[in-house]
Amino acid sequence: MRKQLRLSGSGGQGVITAAIILAEAAVSEGKQAVQSQSYGPEARGGASKSEVIIDDEKIYHPHVKTPDFVLAMTQKAADKYFHDLNPEGVLILDDDLVPQSPDFKNIIRVPITKLAVEKLGKALFANIVALGVIVKVTKLVDFDTIKKSVARRVPPHTVEQNMTALQLGFDAV
Amino acid sequence: MSARLMQGNEAIAEGALAAGVRFFGGYPITPSTEIAESLAKLLPKVGGTFIQMEDEIASMGVVLGASLAGKKVLTASSGPGISLKQELIGYASAAEIPAVIVNVQRVGPSTGQPTAPSQGDVMQARWGTHGDHSIIVLSPWSVREAFDVTVKAVNYAERFRTPVILLTDEIVGHLRENVELPAEVEVYPRRTPKTSRAEGYEPYTPDDDLVPNVANFGEGYHIHVTGLIHDETGFPSGSPKVTREAIKRMNDKIARAEDIIEVHQEFMDDAEFAIVSFGGTARTAYEAVLNVRKRGFKVGFVRLVTIFPFADKVIRKLAGKVKGLVVAELNFGQLVNEVERAVAGQCPVKLCAKYDMTIFEPEEIEQSIDELIAEVNGNG
Repeated sequence: MRKQLRLSGSGGQGVITAAIILAEAAVSEGKQAVQSQSYGPEARGGASKSEVIIDDEKIYHPHVKTPDFVLAMTQKAADKYFHDLNPEGVLILDDDLVPQSPDFKNIIRVPITKLAVEKLGKALFANIVALGVIVKVTKLVDFDTIKKSVARRVPPHTVEQNMTALQLGFDAV
Repeated sequence: MSARLMQGNEAIAEGALAAGVRFFGGYPITPSTEIAESLAKLLPKVGGTFIQMEDEIASMGVVLGASLAGKKVLTASSGPGISLKQELIGYASAAEIPAVIVNVQRVGPSTGQPTAPSQGDVMQARWGTHGDHSIIVLSPWSVREAFDVTVKAVNYAERFRTPVILLTDEIVGHLRENVELPAEVEVYPRRTPKTSRAEGYEPYTPDDDLVPNVANFGEGYHIHVTGLIHDETGFPSGSPKVTREAIKRMNDKIARAEDIIEVHQEFMDDAEFAIVSFGGTARTAYEAVLNVRKRGFKVGFVRLVTIFPFADKVIRKLAGKVKGLVVAELNFGQLVNEVERAVAGQCPVKLCAKYDMTIFEPEEIEQSIDELIAEVNGNG
């Protein structure tokens, strides 16, 4: 069954890294996955978007057409990327960074960045908190699998904090 | 080995390493930078050299120097950087220096759209230096094929002593997907002299395959390398005969090697129409073919892996079998001219072009094929 995700925000929030980790987790469970990304010329602050398609079959066209899940970490991203969501899909919003909910049926609001700052002292962990939320909501991969994928990707001395971040997101919904 | 997630650019770095590349000189540019980043990590582990130069021109110069000294070499850039490398690509052609130049295409001309996909450098890859030079241009459509095509590019550079352009695009370069890499690959070794100095060795005397066995610098042979037209000794010659023979040989050595023409065809047995594409666009074209076939139209899939030398014979032959071709490319229309030349009026050729920073959606290519079918069948 094909599932399409779009993770969006601004450069520096780590949405591309989160998408890569999610795709890696899917591949390690034997699924097919493609991950693509688009971002502006700026390293920080410009619009940033990453897409993941997960399927049992081979994936050719790499673009997400009708996402089943959209994560938006800024108001601008939320306004721009909810339009083509599957009507039965889910829009996940950062509660503080997206003050106004777009007109959509299934919205889940989680204080993603706030949790990272309050519990771990850094907004840097927001993308991993978001990943915990995504795994809980989408059920696309096992929580154990995503833990292993996060541990493989992040710097060794940050593994413990990232595991906490993942758990925070997972428990927040 | 089990599958892992890998990026196209990373697979190019892995392919380079597997093919024996031990020297990379480059200057970073989106969307090619991950190739340099990966090789900066990988090359020192195998005793290779990674060097970031002051610009793209110097990057091309340093890889040619390393190649002459016996290393297998690769450099990577995007359109703006490739434009700068053009002079030395011509030098590599004339002096017959093996080198692989990766172009991860983005929107041009000039600095264009720095991070957006395009396939607008097709003709630059073929003609991007002055003079009657010959060149090999290859283009992958998947992460696994990015690895395979890089190995081939390095092998062809060595076999023909020529620059080879690996023409990929942001779509494949930045795409991550499942990949399993082979444990071993076939590697073409650096050509070596067959005669000694005492026997009168001349570095530019062609072998039976028209390619000279130029000795590496520092291995005891006297070598002179120049961009001027030269005779077998490697020294410049002002002779019309030498000039004619040199230009003919440099073109013939690649043109006669038909085994380097690789075209991926599917659903062609019953095809009445076909979509021709390459690189990242071919992934969308494939999905378009699947969709139109589901609707009952007999449409085939043709993908050029070798862009140049152009697959004239393959295209000419299939044009004789189908009622029309669509050429889908992420540019204003470049490959379509080559296809039309090869088709030579045997069937209609319709261009499906796009140049707005976004990749094709399957429906856009389907619309082109639907229009062509309607035009040909008289329902349009």
